[in-house]
Amino acid sequence: MSTSAPVLPKLIGERVKRREDPRLIRGLGTYVDDLKVTGMRHLAFKRCDIAHGTITSIDTSAAAKMTGVEAVYTGADIAKILAPMPIGTPFPSPPHHAVAVDVVRYAGEPVALVVASDRYLARDAADAIVVTYDPLPAVVDPEAAMTGQPTVIHKDFPHNLAVALVPSGTGVAPDYSSIDNSAVDKAFADAEVVISQRMVNHRLVPNAMEPRGVLAHWEPGKDTMTIWSSTQNPHILKTMIAAMNGLGQHQVRAIAPEVGGGFGAKINIYAEEYVCSVVSKQLGLPIKWVEDRSEAFVATTHGRDIIGYIDLAARKDGKVLGLKMRLIADIGAYNMLLTAAIPTLTMLMANGTYDIPAIRTTLTEVFTNKTPTDAYRGAGRPEATYFVERAMDMLARELKMDPAEVRRKNFIKPNQFPYQTQMGAVYDSGDYEKALDAALTASNWKGLVAERDQARAEGRLVGLGLAFYVEVCGLGPSSSLPTGGWEHGQVTIERDGRITATTGASPHGQGNETTFAQMLADQFSVPFEHVTILHGDTGIVKQGIGTFGSRSQAVAGTALHLAGGKVRKKMAQFAAAMLEASEDDIVFENGMVGVKGAPAKAKPFAAIAAYAYVPVPLPPGMEPGLSDEAFFEPNNNTYPFGCHISMLEIDRETGEPKLLKLIAVDDAGHLINPLIVEGQIHGGLAQGIGQAMIEEAVYNEDGQLLTGSFMDYALPRATDFPRFELSATVTPTPVNPLGAKGVGEAGTLGSTPCIVSAAVDALSQFGVTHIDMMLRPEKLWRIIHNHGGGRS
Amino acid sequence: MIPVAFEYQRATSVDDAIAKLAASGGGKFIAGGHSLVPLMKLRLSEPAQLIDIARIPGLSGIRASGGRIAIGATTTHYEIAASPLLRDQCPMMAEAATEIGDPQVRNRGTIGGSIAHADPAADFPAVVLALDADIVLKGPTGARTVKASAFFRGFYDVDLGAGELITAIQFAPVKSAGYAKLRQRASHYAVVGVAAALEVSGGVIRSARVGLTGATTHAVRLTSLEAALAGKRADAVAAACAGAANDVADVNADLHASADYRKAMIPVFARRAVERALAR
Repeated sequence: MSTSAPVLPKLIGERVKRREDPRLIRGLGTYVDDLKVTGMRHLAFKRCDIAHGTITSIDTSAAAKMTGVEAVYTGADIAKILAPMPIGTPFPSPPHHAVAVDVVRYAGEPVALVVASDRYLARDAADAIVVTYDPLPAVVDPEAAMTGQPTVIHKDFPHNLAVALVPSGTGVAPDYSSIDNSAVDKAFADAEVVISQRMVNHRLVPNAMEPRGVLAHWEPGKDTMTIWSSTQNPHILKTMIAAMNGLGQHQVRAIAPEVGGGFGAKINIYAEEYVCSVVSKQLGLPIKWVEDRSEAFVATTHGRDIIGYIDLAARKDGKVLGLKMRLIADIGAYNMLLTAAIPTLTMLMANGTYDIPAIRTTLTEVFTNKTPTDAYRGAGRPEATYFVERAMDMLARELKMDPAEVRRKNFIKPNQFPYQTQMGAVYDSGDYEKALDAALTASNWKGLVAERDQARAEGRLVGLGLAFYVEVCGLGPSSSLPTGGWEHGQVTIERDGRITATTGASPHGQGNETTFAQMLADQFSVPFEHVTILHGDTGIVKQGIGTFGSRSQAVAGTALHLAGGKVRKKMAQFAAAMLEASEDDIVFENGMVGVKGAPAKAKPFAAIAAYAYVPVPLPPGMEPGLSDEAFFEPNNNTYPFGCHISMLEIDRETGEPKLLKLIAVDDAGHLINPLIVEGQIHGGLAQGIGQAMIEEAVYNEDGQLLTGSFMDYALPRATDFPRFELSATVTPTPVNPLGAKGVGEAGTLGSTPCIVSAAVDALSQFGVTHIDMMLRPEKLWRIIHNHGGGRS
Repeated sequence: MIPVAFEYQRATSVDDAIAKLAASGGGKFIAGGHSLVPLMKLRLSEPAQLIDIARIPGLSGIRASGGRIAIGATTTHYEIAASPLLRDQCPMMAEAATEIGDPQVRNRGTIGGSIAHADPAADFPAVVLALDADIVLKGPTGARTVKASAFFRGFYDVDLGAGELITAIQFAPVKSAGYAKLRQRASHYAVVGVAAALEVSGGVIRSARVGLTGATTHAVRLTSLEAALAGKRADAVAAACAGAANDVADVNADLHASADYRKAMIPVFARRAVERALAR
């Protein structure tokens, strides 16, 4: 055959449609709730309806008498078979029982549970449990909680401090043994202008389309536990379930079937997962629990909820000299798996894309009587971006500088990479000015400014926002994760030449089945349809960490690429033997394996595969078969970046904000599938804009979640947005051979400050310099109205 | 999100529905279910029986006769929004329907259900008030007709007797009518919604009827505003509407809007509704 003009298209970089979608859109996916195991029983929780109190009695008698109810457990019963839940961060943590013992600390905490023959009955029986409480005062404001009044939530944590003041940045020794304030003090002493602002990055409810669900199946005859869960990381689940059940990891199989979104909230290993496993083991029955939406609002971790006191010191020419960021994180009632670590990422990324010579951040984490927080899309980095970008915007406004130019003046320059920040990060690569210029061009910034000014001349309240972001992704070296920071991939060429590969990155919407197949199809020059990517089952996928922190492509993709390379080399050796050529001359092309310069010798890919499995003769020194694996651990994280620009109009009479334009330039390094990348950015933008404009978890003073349903908690709809205008710059990372950085969270970073800055710009005529999110119409109306800006 | 157990029956006619409900002991009618089912899932409503009226022949549809329009109780919001008859003769009704919830809600929810449930922030109550519509009811003791202005009595309180159901909404179509609302961002219910139906000749508003929803315990007519609008030309509408909230007492307050803000929005949306009406 000819070696020119390949028939098979090269797929890396192509907009291949997600192969996952046809089954998911048609309802052919299998989620936890779809699973049925013979003998399966249903578990339902009784949850407390007060935010803080001592349990005085639990009467389970009515529930236990109901026909079909097989078991009822209180917190004390569960405590006998399940230790308090562990966390994954090195911070001190109070005991956290999966089902509350004696004291409840947030509305929605489990206090008892029932096991019944069907789900409806289980729910009825849970309702029939009567719990009485001696109420304790609740505290929902973290700054109030820090006073230790009116209540202390955990007795060994005075003033409700989960993490007492932790300093970081310039002059702070890595082991905290010494703190030298001179550089930071000098920066502020030398400053010609100081911006100071308290900002609230408020609490959000993650709201994955699929709530959580668990099915735990202890098989007494085999002494094995299989646990299906809607999780982002089945391998971590396996590890934890084994440990908490006193089993070896060889006895546990964890399976994440289709997972309908997670947004970080399905990283945590939850009470419900542990409880289902220990109850299954005790009763010897398969036990299923599926979260309903009302439960999900209170029982699945929330995100964000950090107050930042920001001080920015600068010269009049816009050069930033120093930054102080005092952070107070409201983590809710308990530490979960990664809770305490999330705000540390805000510290790590405090300087954003700027070369700031002196920075001091401090972090205090506070318990309150609210649902615990943990990772939520961006997890700590959107907070950092929001604080530093809003401060930069305020600086530009104070100095009457263009918001783009004040940023340009402070950017880390391309020749400074790898760039060691004052916060201890080493940024891998970047060309921020290029992305800024691309965004200014794509948005026609000067035209937008003229358009805004024209609208203002007509009396309209129109504003422009610009924000830049950098994110830490692709976690990362094992030093940065307690689970290890690698990912695993295995590639097997089947006897018929088809390819089955496994990845430890268990997706929940990332499209790995598509992008990873694109990579392998190219690597072996076989049709896309000949490659299957398996994931999510620890019985099939040997090892893995999971999917979070925008790591799938950069870390798991690379692991598969490396595993594929090993298999390809072995296949080339078989081909060399079969085709009587040198291994170095073997080429993979158009579904054929051939010899360079001798096209007539080429054999179908499948023929080489068949030979490898029935190797007669077996080439000397070779083993049969074509399967190999790789663990890939990058030596650093990746740092994608980008620039978001928005135009927003506020209705003068009502205060309603309307987003008119959103232009985003994102740089995630090399892109395997731009279509999927755009989808990820769309989703991130929706959630980032959602936080700025319509999403907010609101509690009342008693610790009741007022936004506990979609009637009061707004999820963004397509009709809330203009058409997003996306483009990319490409700055590859040196930390993996694909040059890919990660993009899953990026959309949430730039969009949020960009929107708020646009609102501030729109209302700047009223003397406004900052507005806390979310942009409630009434809040904006009051600013306008109090300045006589309404029309009527 | 899991209701208590209930029985379900499908009615074949209005009389059958009435008989089945009477026999049920604690049953409820269900059509689109978009008000009732969420309450059942939250266990705030626990009917022992549901009598489904959604497929009763003849209970749905939009018909014109004798200068009046009748909308069957089980007509969906989508059918109202898409009706060429309404778009032509009474565009406010179609316009209000497009403002309800989202496409899923509009495809299932019905006008009869919306009016019978009478959520204080629902859109249709304001519209039927402005149209001075008749609510046609049937129950164990026969049929009767109630003016919309008498039907909405208080907080989730309507003039609907035990075992009665709404069969139709009837009104004389008004072309010069408009609906304007401030949307609650999560539910898309009205924070404030105003419907205005005008009689206009020679560029002068001869008479007006205005319905308000979202702001008070139940939808009400703004009679002072109606009087203020009479005799006005377009250029005097804004001034007339400035006092739209003057006789509205006890304005609702919730997470989404304070009473002050709601009250301030009444003149704004009254003026917008009237301007829309005048533009037709």
